[in-house]
Amino acid sequence: MAALINVPAKARRGDAIEIRTLTSHIMETGFRRTMDGAVVPRDIITSFTCRYNGTEIFRADLFPAIAANPYLSFFTVAKESGKFEFEWIGDNGYSSTASASITVE
Amino acid sequence: MTRRTAVLGITAAATTLARPSILRAQSTGRVVVVGGGFGGAACARALKRAQADLQVILIEPNAIFTSCPLSNEVIAGLRDIEAQQFSHDKLASEGVTVIGQTVTTIAPEQRSVMTADGVALPYDRLVLSPGIDFHFEALPGYDQAASEKMPHAWKAGAQTLLLRRQLEAMDDGGTVAIAVPANPSRCPPAPYERASLIAHYLKTKKPRSKVLILDAKDNFSQQRLFEKAWKELYGDMIERIGLSQGGRVTSVDPATRTIVTEFGNYTPDVANVIPPQRAGHIAEIAGAADTTGWCPIDPVTFESTLVKKIHVIGDSCLGGGIPKSASAASAQGKACAAAIVHLLAGRAPETPRLTGVCYNTVAPGYGFSLSGNYQPKGDIFAEVEGGATSPVDAPRELRAREAAEAERWFQTITADTFG
Repeated sequence: MAALINVPAKARRGDAIEIRTLTSHIMETGFRRTMDGAVVPRDIITSFTCRYNGTEIFRADLFPAIAANPYLSFFTVAKESGKFEFEWIGDNGYSSTASASITVE
Repeated sequence: MTRRTAVLGITAAATTLARPSILRAQSTGRVVVVGGGFGGAACARALKRAQADLQVILIEPNAIFTSCPLSNEVIAGLRDIEAQQFSHDKLASEGVTVIGQTVTTIAPEQRSVMTADGVALPYDRLVLSPGIDFHFEALPGYDQAASEKMPHAWKAGAQTLLLRRQLEAMDDGGTVAIAVPANPSRCPPAPYERASLIAHYLKTKKPRSKVLILDAKDNFSQQRLFEKAWKELYGDMIERIGLSQGGRVTSVDPATRTIVTEFGNYTPDVANVIPPQRAGHIAEIAGAADTTGWCPIDPVTFESTLVKKIHVIGDSCLGGGIPKSASAASAQGKACAAAIVHLLAGRAPETPRLTGVCYNTVAPGYGFSLSGNYQPKGDIFAEVEGGATSPVDAPRELRAREAAEAERWFQTITADTFG
């Protein structure tokens, strides 16, 4: 499944807007063991970044305690029309991106 | 409550009662039960049967009780609502005093319940079995008025029939959305049974239509059984969007029949919105509900851990591993009655061992079930060994047999409670 993004399609300049993201990921902690005692290797998303017209406005580091399918929501100020770009980076070369547009009036 | 205030409470109660006959009755004990559903009615009846000289008062505003179990079949047009309805006449004939009033206030210090007509009823022990109420604040846009447009049908009766009429009025090719809350909620597998039976109705009458489940959970009770049955019976008619696909409903707009989730908007032709829930309002009035909205209890006696001498049973209580079901409420009602009889006699109550069963009918002649055993463990009920779920791979004869068992279970529990 692609990531889910919720960015308002339209906003007034200066409005505080909520951005919601959710991406499917197992977030395997690396602390669990199989029935025969072998450690299940860690496989998590380690970093999330959001850029608004190229400028980074939000970043989060993720850790093993964060549950599967991380859901992140945050606020920013609508300054200009354009594009939000989202990027998730993780173990084993994991990388995923998404984007959403906004019209600011 | 301290010992001193308890003594004062008894004195206060006794002095307000001028009639000697009532004073005499007080010596054997008086138990007031609020709520005449599966929990309260079972409890009142068990109390009277266990001790004939006990005064048992059942307060229930509705003269006719409408059962939620099997009401999904009413929605799907497979059953008449009358088959769901029961009176408390039999309880009254057995000596339970049935009062058709609404409880307005509860004074735990005075051990007294006040009804809407202004009568105060003192008690030695009070049992609350008010079922659920809706937590409207948790779902912006939804309230009593909204439920007339987007029925919850989560309390059986007029709402059940409203949802049925909306389905009947819908054109072929329409979408029926069911908004499902997170747990704890009344009868956790019921939304999925409902989706199944609505799909059955649509397949029969409006085959181009769809059922869309918007779910605040990722996993649910008997999921593999449901999903297998959906595929087998309804192909891709039922679509479910779980929590991690953005299915959690965050608000609704009844004016446009819009359901808003964290990641999208839906405007179905029929919107069945099951809101988040909490203990019935009466539990809150009594001070028996905590910040979760539900009532913590001592699992041995069902006595509230917040208010002394008030017992909470059924959907309202925090039952630990026990799902909120009619079957559980009935078992709790009987166990609570036994505990109260012991407590009033000054004996230690026995540790209850409860069983619960839950049948799901996904089409006529296609059912499956889950049963569980529960015992107090520390301060909650824990599920213990002995429970069972129907096998995922089973011949249709077993499904047919379980569908017939579901009907028999209903006949048995309603006869046991009201008959």
